[in-house]
Amino acid sequence: MDYLKISSSALYTAFFLYLIATIFFGATIKDDKKKRNQGVSGIIGITLTLVGFAAQLVYFVTRWLASGHAPVSNMFEFVTFFGMGVVLAFIIIYFIYRLSILGLFALPIALILIAYASMFPTEISPLISSLQSHWLYIHVTTVSIAQAILSISFVAGLIYLIRQIDQSTASKRTFWLEVILFGLFIFIGFSVSGGIFKAMDYHAEFQYIEQGNETTTDYQMPAIVGPHDSKLLTQDVMKPWFAAPSWMHGADAGRKFNSVIWSVFTGLIIYLIFRLISRKRVGATIQPLLKKVSPDLLDEVSYRAVAIGFPLFTLGGLIFASIWAQEAWGRFWGWDPKEVWALVTWFFYAAFLHLRLSRGWHGEKSAWLAVGGFAIIMFNLIAVNLILAGLHSYA
Amino acid sequence: MSIDKVKCECGHVNPEGTVLCEACGKPIEGNQHIDGNDKQKLLNMRYDGSARRSQTYNKSIIDKIWSFFSSVKVGVWLIVLALVASAIGTIFPQEQYIPPDAVSRDPAVYYEGTYGIFGKIYYQLGFHHLYSSWWYMLLIALIGISLVICSLDRFVPLYKALKRQKAKRHETFLNRQRLYSKTENVTQEEKEKVIARLKKQRYKVRDENGHILAEKGRFSRWGPYVNHIGLIIILLAAILRMTPLLFSDDYVWVREGQRIVIPSTDGEYYIENKDFILETWDPEEAGGKFKDALEKQGAVAKNYQTNAVIYKKKGDSIPGEEPDLEKVTEGEIRLNQPLKFDKYTLYQSGYQQNEFTSMAFNILRSDAKDEEYKNLTFKLHTTDEENDKTLGTFTIDLNDQKEVYKLDNGFRVQVEEYYPDYYLEGGKPESHSDKPRNPAFVFFVSPPDSDKSETSFVGLDGSISAAGEDSQYQLDIEDYKLKGELGTFKIDLNEPKSEYELNNGTRVVIDEYYPDYAEEDGQAISKSKYPRNPAFELSVYPPDSDKAEKSFVGIGKNDPMTKGNQYRLGLAGYELHDVSGIQVKKDYTLPFFILGAIIFMIGVVQGMYWHHRRIWIHPKDNGLLVAAHTNKNWFGIKKDIEKAIEGTNINMVVDQQELED
Repeated sequence: MDYLKISSSALYTAFFLYLIATIFFGATIKDDKKKRNQGVSGIIGITLTLVGFAAQLVYFVTRWLASGHAPVSNMFEFVTFFGMGVVLAFIIIYFIYRLSILGLFALPIALILIAYASMFPTEISPLISSLQSHWLYIHVTTVSIAQAILSISFVAGLIYLIRQIDQSTASKRTFWLEVILFGLFIFIGFSVSGGIFKAMDYHAEFQYIEQGNETTTDYQMPAIVGPHDSKLLTQDVMKPWFAAPSWMHGADAGRKFNSVIWSVFTGLIIYLIFRLISRKRVGATIQPLLKKVSPDLLDEVSYRAVAIGFPLFTLGGLIFASIWAQEAWGRFWGWDPKEVWALVTWFFYAAFLHLRLSRGWHGEKSAWLAVGGFAIIMFNLIAVNLILAGLHSYA
Repeated sequence: MSIDKVKCECGHVNPEGTVLCEACGKPIEGNQHIDGNDKQKLLNMRYDGSARRSQTYNKSIIDKIWSFFSSVKVGVWLIVLALVASAIGTIFPQEQYIPPDAVSRDPAVYYEGTYGIFGKIYYQLGFHHLYSSWWYMLLIALIGISLVICSLDRFVPLYKALKRQKAKRHETFLNRQRLYSKTENVTQEEKEKVIARLKKQRYKVRDENGHILAEKGRFSRWGPYVNHIGLIIILLAAILRMTPLLFSDDYVWVREGQRIVIPSTDGEYYIENKDFILETWDPEEAGGKFKDALEKQGAVAKNYQTNAVIYKKKGDSIPGEEPDLEKVTEGEIRLNQPLKFDKYTLYQSGYQQNEFTSMAFNILRSDAKDEEYKNLTFKLHTTDEENDKTLGTFTIDLNDQKEVYKLDNGFRVQVEEYYPDYYLEGGKPESHSDKPRNPAFVFFVSPPDSDKSETSFVGLDGSISAAGEDSQYQLDIEDYKLKGELGTFKIDLNEPKSEYELNNGTRVVIDEYYPDYAEEDGQAISKSKYPRNPAFELSVYPPDSDKAEKSFVGIGKNDPMTKGNQYRLGLAGYELHDVSGIQVKKDYTLPFFILGAIIFMIGVVQGMYWHHRRIWIHPKDNGLLVAAHTNKNWFGIKKDIEKAIEGTNINMVVDQQELED
């Protein structure tokens, strides 16, 4: 049996089921929240989500069987797993609070993550020496599930902000909310531009020096920015406009930086098209759809997700991480950038939980904090691997 | 002190500074500003309105310090500062992460050289060792102090208040709760039904003259204090770590074949490096399933391993004398699989491949044109790998060859074919010329008292037996001498001598040794003290001469340094070895960190996954008042109440906070 084929079709299946489920959750907007009975569309939505999650589990297990190690060892596998975690976290929170509107936002986040992941190399790859440990599964899975639960806090916080912020006049708050939403467009931009050039089968090869070794890298998007100090090998393709600065570390920094530029560019175009059609801020466009959601409940979900996610994050991101680091390198803490950013995340949510003790930090302020926490998580996931060199700079 | 104490109308005497009466919850006049209750309809329920030292006394300097550190606001600020500082430390790599291939590993040069003006500022501010800077440590220490004071300031009064609380609560306390309802007519039966249902939901129910307090999950209130204890233990463990008694961290480089003392074990333990192994993934491995990935990524390391033997010193030894060693353990040290013995742990942390163990040189007359061999010494031995026995040696003088060489033990070696200048053409051995530039032979080897012989081909590149795998004997070239050769000498790079004297009286003096030779601005330098690219300045004193002929020799380098040299030096061979970098750790503080982590996890789970819920039922006339409070998860407590009052006349509690919005 070809596990790898089953695995990738299962992932596609999951992707489409989540997509359809999102539409059904969208249809629950009209449901009256006063009635505790679930509308039909909500039931279909959660059923599809559960089936999709099962499909993604099939992806996970078969890929594990194919490669012989848990599929959390490179960027594609890790981000896909994170997306799966977001769905799981949504399912858990859904069954506590029965809040369908969460699905309308949480599932697209999971979809964006999975699409983002698929832009990285998807081949199964062998484990480098340092990853050959059972702690790989234990540490990585706990961290990403914890981060996924913390992301639900962001989802609830974001809905809260869209629901509550006064859109009648432009203000600092509407501006920053729009910035957050634009951030999501960048991810969509990444997937769209990546998908288009992949379909065109675009390639441009560069030669450059990395850590003293001559390496080549294959750009799958036209090079706006080339690797630092590089030579273009492919003929008849666009020459890079400028080179990546030398301080960008991490494997293949130039190519990743190029992807970022394309993502922002494409995201901006999609965003502008959206604005042209709606003639309103994105936040203002969505706001009327959320009138029936209770802001207090959103606030509580946002806080609860942190309350559930924080202990888990401590366990996976700090304690398990330390045990593994002790086993592998003889020091449980070494101030590696990824470690530091895990600590930063931990400090942030610790501050969040303490602030909740004070009056005036519930509601909107709390929602902004939930967004900030998610930004830190994404920074740790993407930027630390891209810009800051370290032990975790895989993929 | 009794003047300071506040007596409530319910008769309970509260400590000074109490906001809500410990027993009945009635707001105590004059103290409402403390928790901001004077401006709000709803009561601030944190710490149950108990009297906290920090909010009560503010006269002496100690009071002020106490108040400062007990403030959550200060705590949060400290956390935020630590957060920002930690993040700053990742802008550029910390000094321990300066890459080994950097232009310079000296921080003073590296940061400015790599990151320009920002790097320079970063370095000058000391951010390159930010996490061990005094101010970062101070920040963490302040967080520690804040943890202790915050916890004490709150835990003690909260504990007392929850212990002293009465089921009967004052009406103002109830109607200023977030969840509250009033019902006019309720039968006793209905009330009992509600109580029974609350009990079923595992509430502990107290009944005082019809006043009901249903409570569950009070222990979750202690969660924060438990996890703070865990954190304090971790911080204390970090301080303990600074003592060498409890923690040591050392590093040792050990060559293959070398046995040396392990640092920071007081000379008690020795390590021997049997072999260092570096494996990479083979694309064909595991059914070739990683082929695509390996093609893209290039070589991927699979295993770093040192096969080591650990010895312990027996008894006392006199310094300088070889100690008496006893084998303790033998094992493989791999990444992710350290080797443990006694109180020490050894980690595979580094390696250096292909260092030079020794170099052999020959001294040739300058006029000797091409290298021509004068004689070859062969060694006959058995092919049995496990029991390799040398059977004898013989030397062939290439100018004066014999047909058969008889060994002392009766073996005979017959020269069947001789190729002075051997090369292979179309699978057949040929000779370019009759000059012995690359001699090779075909031999018949016969054991004593036997006519049966084995055919062997022997050249400078190695030997092949015609019998293949069944062969019993093997011939190898053990030594050779070139024409015009004055002699050879071998320098053991682990212990280079200053002078080598050859049999014929020739002396070679090492004037200068560059273990890791490189040229910088036309000057010879050594990049490190490790023999990675050895080079020498040598003085050769031929026999009956005390005039030194100087030469510079190294790998791919051979220059005379004095004019008119009669002799030149040639590299005749070398041996290589790998070196393993082993980290040696002794850490008695780990159990404290583990204990701290476990306590923290218990506390944080206790505080986050359980909730303290209280429901008060207060009879009033023919009806009753219901109020409820929880420290978190209001959704959950509302569901509990809904379930309890289902099918009764009692009004569902109303969320008064939602109404306020």
